[in-house]
Amino acid sequence: MTDVLAVADHRRGELRDVSYELITAGRQLADETGGDLHLAVISGTVDDFADKLNRDGVDAIHTVDHGEEFNHDVYTQAITQLYDEVAPQYVLTPNSVNGLDYAPAVANELDLPVVTDTIDLDNDGETLVATREMYGGKVETTNRLEGDAVVTIRGAEWPAAEGTGDAAIEAFDAEIDEDAIGSTVNGFEEVGGGDVDISEAELLVSIGRGIEEEENLDLIRDLADALGATLSSSRPIVDNGWLPKNRQVGQSGKVVTPDVYIAIGISGAVQHVAGMKGSDTIVAINTDPNAPIMDIADYAIVDDLFDVVPELIEEFEG
Amino acid sequence: MKILVTVKEVATVEDEFEIEGTEIAEQYLGADLNEWDDYAIEEAVQLQEDGIADEVVTVTIGPEECEQTIRQALAKGADRAVRVWDDSLEGVDLLDVNAKTEILSAVIEEEDPDLVLSGVQAGDDSFAATGVSVAENLGFQWGAVVNHLEHDLDDGIASVRRELEGGVEELTDIELPAVLTIQTGINEPRYASLRGIRQAQKKPMDVKALADIGVDESTIETELELTDMYEPESESDATFWEGSPEETASELGDLLRDKGVAQ
Repeated sequence: MTDVLAVADHRRGELRDVSYELITAGRQLADETGGDLHLAVISGTVDDFADKLNRDGVDAIHTVDHGEEFNHDVYTQAITQLYDEVAPQYVLTPNSVNGLDYAPAVANELDLPVVTDTIDLDNDGETLVATREMYGGKVETTNRLEGDAVVTIRGAEWPAAEGTGDAAIEAFDAEIDEDAIGSTVNGFEEVGGGDVDISEAELLVSIGRGIEEEENLDLIRDLADALGATLSSSRPIVDNGWLPKNRQVGQSGKVVTPDVYIAIGISGAVQHVAGMKGSDTIVAINTDPNAPIMDIADYAIVDDLFDVVPELIEEFEG
Repeated sequence: MKILVTVKEVATVEDEFEIEGTEIAEQYLGADLNEWDDYAIEEAVQLQEDGIADEVVTVTIGPEECEQTIRQALAKGADRAVRVWDDSLEGVDLLDVNAKTEILSAVIEEEDPDLVLSGVQAGDDSFAATGVSVAENLGFQWGAVVNHLEHDLDDGIASVRRELEGGVEELTDIELPAVLTIQTGINEPRYASLRGIRQAQKKPMDVKALADIGVDESTIETELELTDMYEPESESDATFWEGSPEETASELGDLLRDKGVAQ
């Protein structure tokens, strides 16, 4: 058993980018184990999805035509049945919100170990070495695993697969037990409309945990006013209810691409970086010179924001 | 109804630290209630205050040293706690998802709750998989990354919102009993009051070994072996402005003018 079975992600009629990255990661693993790369695409317009997923390196695509949108019970049933059919060594899924909603269940059902949020994978033919982060990205670890496993991969760590493949596309007739489906998706809602669209701004002043207290936000508001900038934030500020959801930059918030992004007191967790790395110029103000935000910053000030920001306000207010 | 909340004490790391083997040197480590679990506790306590929950029980896998953290959960309003620990868990670098699933499932079966709330992930090992794994193991329903829960829980249904990527939420109905993994921002976790802290000292905490909950040591053998830990290489090619706050602010001011984004 040396094959890889990778499960594509899609939502509201669109394949998500991580599905193509999964092909690259899956192909690499399949090359190392000497096996084939099988893709599964479950629910939605599966034939259309299969055509799009048929890129270089894919050996087979299994379509499971059942329902429109993601349902974790359908996914779990379909994948465990495909596992019996394909008999892969690894089941590979995105470490997306939906991936995390079925991958652990698939692992438990199949009695396999699960290793999540991997950023690098290496296989010598027998042993998998998975690289992941701990302590919010402060350290990386390598983890060895013998035998079959369910593995989830972080988005944007592998390049998207390109080209046109010649995979065999086959409908897989999964037997879905409707009685075992215990949850129903009733719809979707976009959140964070509101007064301002931060994704349109040319200059964003973005604030994170470093602001410490809600009342200190006034300082950053003053800065945004002085610069004529739009105010945005990282997740903790929104979680605390200090700013509305429409101001949140990141994986679960908005993706922004301003000319200049000033990250103040933001450490740069991967979920935040996912939302702002496309900014033209990134400036970080942070006391920690080793904070992850420094890795993607173009300019950095290692200093206390409470000392630097008032100086900047003064400079622009005259 | 009865609600069980999984509570973990996580290790926190200072900005500057050293690694010894596959661990961070102890002097750079602190301990805290897992941030995501704090929101799960708050949600359970609110359900109790709303008259939905009759009892809130916490369960923790951890040594005696983490009792202070468990008392924090009790001080916020949980009624009692279960702590599982065993000599066989001492010295395990990384307890994997399957091992945690076996232990937590055994406690949950014994407690027989209607609803289990668990933080989406732990701030230290960040697996984000245990809640869903436990649900599947027990034949419970589940929902991952829940950032809103309707409190009426009518007809044995939990109506939740799941926080997807890109500012989209999924509206889902989940049959009980269920495990929900709770995302930060679902509520505002309270600080424990002085009265709560005093009361917490008197609340019951059961300590159980693996044998007490019917889990054989061999079933929790972890399959994932942590082999190396290191600091990620910095990829920074940023220009670091140096000097007084006045000087660095001035550099930034010049940049903003050059880019034409501020006057």
